[in-house]
Amino acid sequence: MTRLFAWGALIFGCLFFLLPLVGMTEFSLKMRRGVYSFDAYVRVFEDPTFWATFSYSLTLAAATIVFGVFLVVPTAYWVRLKLPQARPVIEFITLLPLVIPAIVIVFGYIRLYNTSSFLPLTGSAIGTDILLTMGYATLALPYMYRAVDTGLRTIDVATLTEAAQSLGAGWFTILARIILPNVLVAVLSGAFLTLAIVIGEFTMAALLNRPAFGPFMQLLGANRAYEPPALAVIAFAITWACMGLIQLVTRFSKHERAKA
Amino acid sequence: MADNRPDRRPKFRLPLEWLGILPFVTFAVLFLILPTMKIVVGAFQTPEGGFTLQNLIDLNTDSIRSAYWTSIKLSLITALLGCAVGFAMAAAVVFGGLPKRVRGPLLTFSGVASNFAGVPLAFAFIATLGPAGLVTLWLKTEFGINLRAYGFNLLSFWGLVVTYLFFQIPLMILIIIPALDGLKREWREAAEVLGATGAQYWRMVAFPILFPSLLGTFALLFANAFGAVATAFALTGPQLNIVPIKLFAQIRGDVLGNPNLGYALAFGMIVITGMANVVYIVLRTRSERWLK
Amino acid sequence: MAFLDLTNLEKTFGANRVVKDFSLEIAKGEFVSLLGPSGCGKTTVLRMVAGFETPTSGAITIDGQDVTGQRANQRAIGMMFQAYALFPNMTVADNVAFGLKVKGVARPEREARVAEMLDLIGLRELGARFPFQLSGGQQQRVALARALAPSPRVLLLDEPLSALDAKVRVSLRNEIREIQRELGITTIFVTHDQEEAMSISDRIVVMNGGIAEQAGAPFEIYNKPRTRFVANFVGTLNTLPATVEAPEAGQVAVAGQSFTLGRGALTARRGDTVTLALRPEAIRLGRAEGREVVLPATINEVHFLGSVIRVRARVGDGVVALDTFNRPDQPPPPIGSAAEISFAARDVIFLQD
Ligand SMILES: Nc1ncnc2c1ncn2[C@@H]1O[C@H](COP(=O)(O)OP(=O)(O)OP(=O)(O)O)[C@@H](O)[C@H]1O
Ligand SMILES: [Mg+2]
Repeated sequence: MTRLFAWGALIFGCLFFLLPLVGMTEFSLKMRRGVYSFDAYVRVFEDPTFWATFSYSLTLAAATIVFGVFLVVPTAYWVRLKLPQARPVIEFITLLPLVIPAIVIVFGYIRLYNTSSFLPLTGSAIGTDILLTMGYATLALPYMYRAVDTGLRTIDVATLTEAAQSLGAGWFTILARIILPNVLVAVLSGAFLTLAIVIGEFTMAALLNRPAFGPFMQLLGANRAYEPPALAVIAFAITWACMGLIQLVTRFSKHERAKA
Repeated sequence: MADNRPDRRPKFRLPLEWLGILPFVTFAVLFLILPTMKIVVGAFQTPEGGFTLQNLIDLNTDSIRSAYWTSIKLSLITALLGCAVGFAMAAAVVFGGLPKRVRGPLLTFSGVASNFAGVPLAFAFIATLGPAGLVTLWLKTEFGINLRAYGFNLLSFWGLVVTYLFFQIPLMILIIIPALDGLKREWREAAEVLGATGAQYWRMVAFPILFPSLLGTFALLFANAFGAVATAFALTGPQLNIVPIKLFAQIRGDVLGNPNLGYALAFGMIVITGMANVVYIVLRTRSERWLK
Repeated sequence: MAFLDLTNLEKTFGANRVVKDFSLEIAKGEFVSLLGPSGCGKTTVLRMVAGFETPTSGAITIDGQDVTGQRANQRAIGMMFQAYALFPNMTVADNVAFGLKVKGVARPEREARVAEMLDLIGLRELGARFPFQLSGGQQQRVALARALAPSPRVLLLDEPLSALDAKVRVSLRNEIREIQRELGITTIFVTHDQEEAMSISDRIVVMNGGIAEQAGAPFEIYNKPRTRFVANFVGTLNTLPATVEAPEAGQVAVAGQSFTLGRGALTARRGDTVTLALRPEAIRLGRAEGREVVLPATINEVHFLGSVIRVRARVGDGVVALDTFNRPDQPPPPIGSAAEISFAARDVIFLQD
């Protein structure tokens, strides 16, 4: 009885989740009348804008990840080591982006950092890129911080630090050579998740008017029939790859640890 | 009296430790707190900078009210359905006696699907349930069922609900499976041996224990749906009347005629997601007296 | 007919036969322990009695009623788990009241019963606390009260003390036994601690590999173990190889010393080697009255344990451990010195293997 219900729930769920995937794949192959073909993909890949926007988003994702790691790892480490009393506040701040919608945040950016403000970031392309990177870092903050903080919990930060200090290591050495390698898996997980979030992000990029992959997809969707599902398949593959990589690094590290 | 023993005096120490989180605080202030404050303050300002409540009062038009109402309904329904279906699937995997091999793939897939939101998700649903979509055509040719004739339109409220569920359900699964794992077998067996039925166990033990996690997930799903722009925008274009899309249009082209009305619109969004979270925190502290 | 009757219970998980032909009769009010090494099937037997596992074959009757196919929530059984089985979302009082509540007992009656139970375990003032505010020992006492509140017919305890520290373990086990006597409730207690089992049980069932190797009162199990496994599991055992000299008379020789076992004819043939077993306390250092077998020995090790001194001595080809009481006027023998040990032939345990 229970098992019947369980199978029912699972099968229903699988259908719900598989149908759109099948649907988009099938549709993306239907460009040539009467036969399945990869024409839609060829079109997409032949489009220079695709490559331009895709590499733009990829670059921004990389910048976001680097910035996020430099921001989050030292902070999480420091809070664990020296400022446990600040933890609730920091955690609250890192969770704020889950509560305040991205569109509200970017609206604030536009009005706060316009050309006549104290920090006229939107005045130049590079300034806007920086602003967008900061926005992405904000979106990724809850995931990044949690991943790193959980990673730090599994190691004894205080003892490692003291041991390193007693051997004469400075702060930079401690962070780069001791802490970072120990939370590398967490950092990588956070990084891939950030990549998955950033690569197809639409709202912020569109409102800041940057030529990112998300707005490109949206534009194509409004004007074409067969390319959009092809893009969806590509985007899904990227998301899947990111999650797969997270699993891979996690499993690999467990393996390594078991060997040690 | 001269104090010649300065070491006795409480030494003032610069709180140097706090410098360690200065970069983070700077970032948070510049790119999270100040922009939010700007919205909040702007909602109470005239274009010239004076204090006013007019912006908030101006929100009270039919179009804006209905936008809020639709958004709230959309968020509530997708959060509720997401919680319910996600819970059922998670419970099926954890307690339903399904093979162990189901679990890993389900978790991985949920991780992917919960992040597969935005523009491509809309494309996937258009290709499936849209006018020329796979399922639509299949139902028409095989069974003669015309979805449109039954009142289903992907580019409408209920279409949006179905689409949002694609990321809401997996999010629930991801969060609730660890919580279900936390239910100890001993609790269930203790209840059973004391004479409780399965339903009594769920009502008196399991559900109260899960309640905080359920509530938290619900608040998260609510905020998740309430602030989502991309999926709705790619699905229906700018015409669907929900708050984030209205705000999007306003930011792009000031469609409301009053720039500060945009602040009020955004402020309303913060208030609603904020309220959802306050309700969550209050209920949670009430239901969690038994936690350390 | 016994109050609780387990007949030919069998349980297999897949290809794994975990409980094999297990039979046990327990009288009303009896306190029986299942004792055995990890993985021998104790918990599985208990869970079949509770109704969490269905026996592959065999029957369970309680008070003349066959409950084999009955669900756990209809058996009116009380059970205490290893640890942390209290409902964390309920106060102590609500935990104790749970069984009564699901039974539909009216509130005033319920509250009276809860108060009575809390008095029984001596935690009257803690009714309003949550489990996380209690120590491990207090939690287990509440678990006991919760199990007893609905007046179950049988009480099942699955290593309820194993998560507690040594001192609490001893005091709580005595408390459990006292309450059990007071209520006269039929009880099965699972443990892998032989001292625990012996100190509180009416009867012990020693299990090994899913089989009940021997059942009996602690005194009997300890002094007349039937198999080498039982003998080894409940205490230390010395084994001495002996040569059979005259099987009909029961005469054997150890280290050139021959004597007669007081148990009649041996099945072995003349010249065979058999194994004799002796508890450490049956062996004396030096000669003593009534201990007719005297063997030369060399002192190997001396462990001063306080009131008892445990000595290990080499006898012939083997080493035996023996206990002597501390006597202030007599220091322990020096290591390496020659000595004599003695024991009574009637104390020798003859193992069937
Ligand atoms: N649900 C199950 N499925 C498969 N095998 C099981 C199951 N439950 C128990 N077993 C196996 O049955 C054997 C006996 O288990 P049981 O829990 O009864 O041992 P035990 O005597 O209580 O041991 P311990 O002292 O460690 O608690 C073990 O080998 C165990 O692996
Ligand atoms: Mg066990």
